[in-house]
Amino acid sequence: MTGGDRMDQMTKAPVLNKRRQLLKAGGVAGGGLLFGFSLFGCSKPGDMPSDDRKEPPSEKAVGQASTAMTNEPPGLAHDAFIRIDRDGIVTLIIHKVEMGQGTFTSLPMLLAEELGADLSKVKLEQAPANNSLYADALLGGQVTGGSTSIRSTYKPLREAGAKVRTVLVQAAAKNWNVDPGDLKVVAGTIRHEASNRSVHFGEVVDAASQLKFPAEVKLKDASTFALVGKPVKRLDSPAKVNGSAQFGIDARLPNMGIAAVAASPVMGGKVTAVDEQKAMAVKGVRQVLRIEGAVAVVADHFWAAKQGLAAAAPRFDDGANANVSLAGIVADMMKVSQNTGAVATDKGDALKALDAGPGRRIDVVYEVPFLAHATMEPMNCTVDLKADGCDIWVGTQVPALAQGAAAKLTGLPLEKVRVHNHYIGGGFGRRLEVDNVIQAVAFAKLAKGPLKIIWTREEDIQHDMYRPYYVDRMSARIDDKGMPVAWFHRVTGSSIMARFAPPMVKNGVDPDAVEAAADLQYSIPAIRVEYVRHEPPGLATAFWRGVGPTHNVFVVESFIDELAYASKTDPVAFRRSLLQKSPRTLAVLNLAAGKAGWGKPLKPVAGRKLGRGVSTQFAFGSYMAQVAEVSVGPDGDVRVHRVVCAVDCGQNVNPDTIVAQMEGGIVFGASAALWDEVTVEKGRVQQTNFSDYRVMRMPEAPIVEVYIVNSHDDPGGIGEPGTAGIAPALANAVFAATGKRIRKLPIGEQLKKA
Amino acid sequence: MPALNVNGTTTDLDVPDDMPLLWAIRDVLGLTGTKFGCGVALCGACTVHLDGQAIRSCVTPVSAAAGKKITTIEAIGNDPVGAKVQEAWRKIDVVQCGYCQSGQIMSATALLHATPKPGDADIDNAMAGNICRCGTYNRIRKAIKIAAGQA
Repeated sequence: MTGGDRMDQMTKAPVLNKRRQLLKAGGVAGGGLLFGFSLFGCSKPGDMPSDDRKEPPSEKAVGQASTAMTNEPPGLAHDAFIRIDRDGIVTLIIHKVEMGQGTFTSLPMLLAEELGADLSKVKLEQAPANNSLYADALLGGQVTGGSTSIRSTYKPLREAGAKVRTVLVQAAAKNWNVDPGDLKVVAGTIRHEASNRSVHFGEVVDAASQLKFPAEVKLKDASTFALVGKPVKRLDSPAKVNGSAQFGIDARLPNMGIAAVAASPVMGGKVTAVDEQKAMAVKGVRQVLRIEGAVAVVADHFWAAKQGLAAAAPRFDDGANANVSLAGIVADMMKVSQNTGAVATDKGDALKALDAGPGRRIDVVYEVPFLAHATMEPMNCTVDLKADGCDIWVGTQVPALAQGAAAKLTGLPLEKVRVHNHYIGGGFGRRLEVDNVIQAVAFAKLAKGPLKIIWTREEDIQHDMYRPYYVDRMSARIDDKGMPVAWFHRVTGSSIMARFAPPMVKNGVDPDAVEAAADLQYSIPAIRVEYVRHEPPGLATAFWRGVGPTHNVFVVESFIDELAYASKTDPVAFRRSLLQKSPRTLAVLNLAAGKAGWGKPLKPVAGRKLGRGVSTQFAFGSYMAQVAEVSVGPDGDVRVHRVVCAVDCGQNVNPDTIVAQMEGGIVFGASAALWDEVTVEKGRVQQTNFSDYRVMRMPEAPIVEVYIVNSHDDPGGIGEPGTAGIAPALANAVFAATGKRIRKLPIGEQLKKA
Repeated sequence: MPALNVNGTTTDLDVPDDMPLLWAIRDVLGLTGTKFGCGVALCGACTVHLDGQAIRSCVTPVSAAAGKKITTIEAIGNDPVGAKVQEAWRKIDVVQCGYCQSGQIMSATALLHATPKPGDADIDNAMAGNICRCGTYNRIRKAIKIAAGQA
């Protein structure tokens, strides 16, 4: 059986009922052993697995929001379950989703490493929505996000594997009347070499189920790992190359209606009129549904639905946001960014040091735009709502949040709402939101029969929840020797946390908004970081790949680059001099600079100016440096030719996935830095499709070289750092090439000669 | 009422002539490996073969596909070149989220039929219409070369 087949079973099979039976029986229908584990011990919300490294506090927030929605405490019950059937098949009920980041391979690797299982015989079942059973220890809820999947399961999953192995071995030893210490476990088989006997796991599960788990287990030393740290082929690859992988949009139910939807183009607008008869006249149209802010036309297939929606020509009252414009939003932000903010970091007397002393003071303003996620799979959701229950088919990063939202809307108890999660066709934070589920359930309440809603690309881009616009006021003083003696950073922008997880905002500081700014890696005597919250009208804001650091690493690394040039010091040498107390950041900086050939001439490209730029960061528990090589043409177009990325993410689990995440994260971040912004006029998002929301294509993609530091330290996250590091490396390279400092993203037309 | 030959099976469909082939394939025939991404031929997620040529099914009306041989991702493994492309994709783990990869594989297979030993410029030309938000481009390029026996 191939990995792809296993994944298919997982995504297609309704696992919920099966699992309930298991829990009730305390065993496995058809024989076998169910191991219920609290993967994270008796963790309270926010307790960490053994990892004393400083973590950005914001990462717990998403799950806490999810908890608030469902009113259940996370982490108090069993977190995940391992089942071994009598035929020796190991099943991991996996509480994380697969959206490309490789968790459906790396998490079973962690289990198999200590269990001694044959990885090819480990099956996965997607966990149902349940915040108390499947909470992530770092996030505090059933959430896949914040680059946490490996960080939060690295130790617990191995411990679970070791405990199960221990009882399996004890059962075999008892059976053979030998010392358990004389038995070896290899690839799902327990061997007693002296007597040349062996059994596979399935043959001892019944006996093992009578035994107690040891309270403590000794885990393998990382230097002896057989699987972890070795490149393992992705288990989801076969299904994703033959069309059989099932995404939310692929859900199909008997007699299902398929709907095209149009929400008010202005946030908060209301439907005023619909030409229902014209829509119903389109062949294949079944129903026209109307909720306060949106219209859906349901049909036999999406084409009829789309034609029907065009015929319905819904009209809206734009409401209070009718005159919102980006220019107005930015003007307001510029104004409020002059106010003193809530203090996130205050070390030394930065304000005083800025105002006086030898050397010179530098004051600049940075801006980053609203961004759409533009996942390849447009937002969609399939709902089958009956009087006694609600089934939801969707790809979501927050199944329990989806469940809670549907329960609230339908009045059904939580357990009557079943979320069937799927492969996610691009998450990037977009599917931490359940606006699609809320809309689908609202329409399903009016629909005759099961309903699938699909947003067109235009609907998806214009009704996204956007990465916030930020205005950053930066000031520094460099002394006579060119060293920075004071650093000031005031972030102004929307607080995603205030909406998503209000308790996370403390003393007016949104920890996400200042992440990778408040905990500056550079040794500067006086540092002050402030946050001014400003909510834009007419746009909802949300997490976007790399979250806080994607904005702050750009600003911090661009400004530190400015200081390097101001002090007439090489940007790498300047950073080195400030990183003496951050040895792991310094090490990746040196690695990247060395591999990139920093300081050596670049190969000329006819008619184009060349430059190299660097960035460093510590975010998501990982250390990274990037060096980008760019060229700028006579028309001001920027090409990124090569990016060298050095990463220290502690213990590697699946190294090729780390490389892939860097390659992809860099392309994602580079697209945004070069071209992307969401603009608003008359309350309406102006961008529509990939024509005006440009994303990187193959001929534009840089060569990405990834160098991974060999380490057995606790693992850091890898899904997001690549995205955070590229914009500053790229913008700094543009400065090296042209002398033009990029203080506003995207680069867009800024380098075009007037 | 066009009859469509999809993956060797001909089916009479009760759909309007101007209906894009994509929705006939996904919603009527139930073959969901072909993906919807943009609806206006900008992203390539919906790429299928029409008599061996890569086309964007989201803008190709069923009337234009009637009487021709339509191949989707579900059957591309029966094509020896398609099978090689899939094998190369698996060999170097091209996929991430995987949503665009059906279209990428269909474009790559058509390229290798037309140009068995493509250079980088050929690959750029053939693949520029297929967006991957996960950014798997370098691996796609490498996998095409592997499938072509050039790497």
